[in-house]
Amino acid sequence: MKLTGAEILIECLKREGVKTIFALPGGVVLKIFDILHQQKDIEVVLTRHEQGAGHMAEGYAKATGKAGVCLVTSGPGMTNVITALADAYMDSVPVVCFSGQVPTSLIGNDAFQEADNVGLSRPCTKYNFLVKDVKDLAITIKEAFYIATTGRPGPVLVDIPKDVSMDKAEFSYPSSVSIRSYNPVYEGNKWQIKQAADAMTKAKKPVLYVGGGVIFSGASQELMELAELTHMPVDMTLMGLGAFPGEHPQSMGMLGMHGTYWANMVMHYSDLVVAIGARFDDRVTGKVSEFCPHAKVIHIDIDPTSIRKNVNVDIPIVGDCKMVLRELIQILRATVNGDQRELRKPWWNQIQEWQQAHPLTYQQEADGPIKPQHVIRRLYDLTKDRDPIVSTDVGQHQMWAAQYFKMAKPNRWLTSGGLGTMGFGFPAAMGAQAAFPGRLVLCIAGDGSIQMNMQEMATAVVHKLPVKIIVLNNRFHGMVRQWQDLFYEGRYASSYLETTPDFVKLAEAYGAVGLRTNKPSEIDDVIKEAIAVNKPVIVDVPTYPYENCYPMIPAGGCNHEMILEDPPALKNKQPGSGQVVPKDSDTILTA
Amino acid sequence: MEHIISITVENKFGLLSRVAGLFSGRGFNIESLSVAPTLDPSMSQMTIVTSGDERIIEQIVKQLNKLIDVIKVVDLNESDFVSRETALIKVHTRPEDRAEALRIADIFRANVIDSTPATYTIEITGDPRKIEAIINLLQPLGIKELTRTGRVAVARESIRSTDVQAKKVARE
Repeated sequence: MKLTGAEILIECLKREGVKTIFALPGGVVLKIFDILHQQKDIEVVLTRHEQGAGHMAEGYAKATGKAGVCLVTSGPGMTNVITALADAYMDSVPVVCFSGQVPTSLIGNDAFQEADNVGLSRPCTKYNFLVKDVKDLAITIKEAFYIATTGRPGPVLVDIPKDVSMDKAEFSYPSSVSIRSYNPVYEGNKWQIKQAADAMTKAKKPVLYVGGGVIFSGASQELMELAELTHMPVDMTLMGLGAFPGEHPQSMGMLGMHGTYWANMVMHYSDLVVAIGARFDDRVTGKVSEFCPHAKVIHIDIDPTSIRKNVNVDIPIVGDCKMVLRELIQILRATVNGDQRELRKPWWNQIQEWQQAHPLTYQQEADGPIKPQHVIRRLYDLTKDRDPIVSTDVGQHQMWAAQYFKMAKPNRWLTSGGLGTMGFGFPAAMGAQAAFPGRLVLCIAGDGSIQMNMQEMATAVVHKLPVKIIVLNNRFHGMVRQWQDLFYEGRYASSYLETTPDFVKLAEAYGAVGLRTNKPSEIDDVIKEAIAVNKPVIVDVPTYPYENCYPMIPAGGCNHEMILEDPPALKNKQPGSGQVVPKDSDTILTA
Repeated sequence: MEHIISITVENKFGLLSRVAGLFSGRGFNIESLSVAPTLDPSMSQMTIVTSGDERIIEQIVKQLNKLIDVIKVVDLNESDFVSRETALIKVHTRPEDRAEALRIADIFRANVIDSTPATYTIEITGDPRKIEAIINLLQPLGIKELTRTGRVAVARESIRSTDVQAKKVARE
């Protein structure tokens, strides 16, 4: 039977098991929307901006482990979704994005709403296609899903000209696909794995350094087995949070620029770093020349380009984390005889000393201004039993969330790591909520970043996505202000927002629920109230504006040289000589 | 150090921009690039001359391999190879220089492929040093135009094919 391109697209999506797509229409994709409108298997979430659609697809993908799908129109639709594609590319999120294109006869003519979609997205997608003939559409979509979800996952763009969506072709969906030039390696080299096992049994001060790759390959169970078998401490990257339970005694929490003191000390003084699905980002290594000076490095990663890109590696293993860990465990089971605990006792004594020396701290006075860390701590305590999905935006609140909100399981932590995209959190949370309507989905945001995709509140209300947004409202771009205080003598160049909207009224204007407290004693109540409502909620929490996020390794600094608290000049700072000072009165403009 | 990288790719539109974009986006250097179809018209052969230290070359090879349309990448510097380049040189010749121009072409076994009363167009093929040398000699006469193909290269065939086998195993 002959189908139009638009019908073929929808049939393909159904066969790929797609239940939800995040989309915004336009001239050249009208045919596709028309077909979508006449079927019931796929829900269309109409977003208010294409960037929102892209991030929702990311949130959906991160929470489910399956590809997230978005659909945008040509020209501005495409350029708007680029940020989300770039974000997905940096964080290896499987997203398939369909974009409309002007009819093939007009391509290159500077037609209305024309953009070179393939050219624009080339550096920020894993692969992209321009479909020039409707006969190629089905196989292209099959390949797009295959490329997005295999190997190191990533975003794939399929650009569909208007005439291709209208033309007809015989439809058959290939059951499998093979691309001669694309063959990801899943099985690690056996000899290398044996070398790694050998190094791991001998090491006195080893550390497991795990990243998002463990989550994407579904290797958390194996990681747990490996960690307990070898009795090694587990450092997690920002993307790796949830790969190992945050409250497990062997969890060191997050490492890197705002990681825990002990997580960074463990790295610096270790004699063996076992990197699993992590990529030695500059936020983790600090000064590369002094990174892990005493350690041998084992690096397990599915992407060969990650290996030896930033640091030298002694034992590289290219392969899928889950498969490699299984083999490692098998070898170690035979060779480790319960003596690892004894061998590593001095190492653990040292770690405990570090943990006691500089725990994560903040001072919350009972009637003082609310400290942002305290809000996250309370949020964690009050919601952890409900196994929530937590998204964040980017900035101070993100780092505090990473420090204080301990993820117990994988696929629950949605954050923008590589690209650091403000405005990611809310739409990502909505994508996760669309995938899991019954679950509790929290979005921890700042007052700066929530305003970057605020318009999606309309989408959340219409599609009944009851995401709970907690805005830590300090009237600043907080991380920028922190750097200005530490490195620019407190000159707050464009970091003070002067006015933030009344988030309570804003939520109500959209038909959502707005709540607020500025008393530490009321935090619990307001959180409980938010959770009880079956609607999107913004909880506006005005916080102390000058709180800084520690520990901190200054950019380019060495991992064991952390700033642990405000330097003396900043303590009891009378902020901004001659600068505007946020007062409580402008904290809440209308309350 | 200079490396010659030979790449077999899918003969698809936009392929060149993927390869060129990879080099510019990651700050790698392209000294020359040549591309043409292979015996199998679905594939193209690219030869890229680039430079960098060991780590950069390793990254270039890995990143090229990571491109979906790239079928095979060989860093020719890992073995023995032969490389050639062709240049077309249009030389200005005053009547008294014409014999000298022909003599130079003859010494380098170059061909004169076009001639006018005031110019010769000389075709020369060889390794880059040979081409540099003839350019240096022709320059005093006055070079009007110069166009070079960029280098192409192939690995030398090993005399004993068992050597190739052994190398493959070792690398794995």
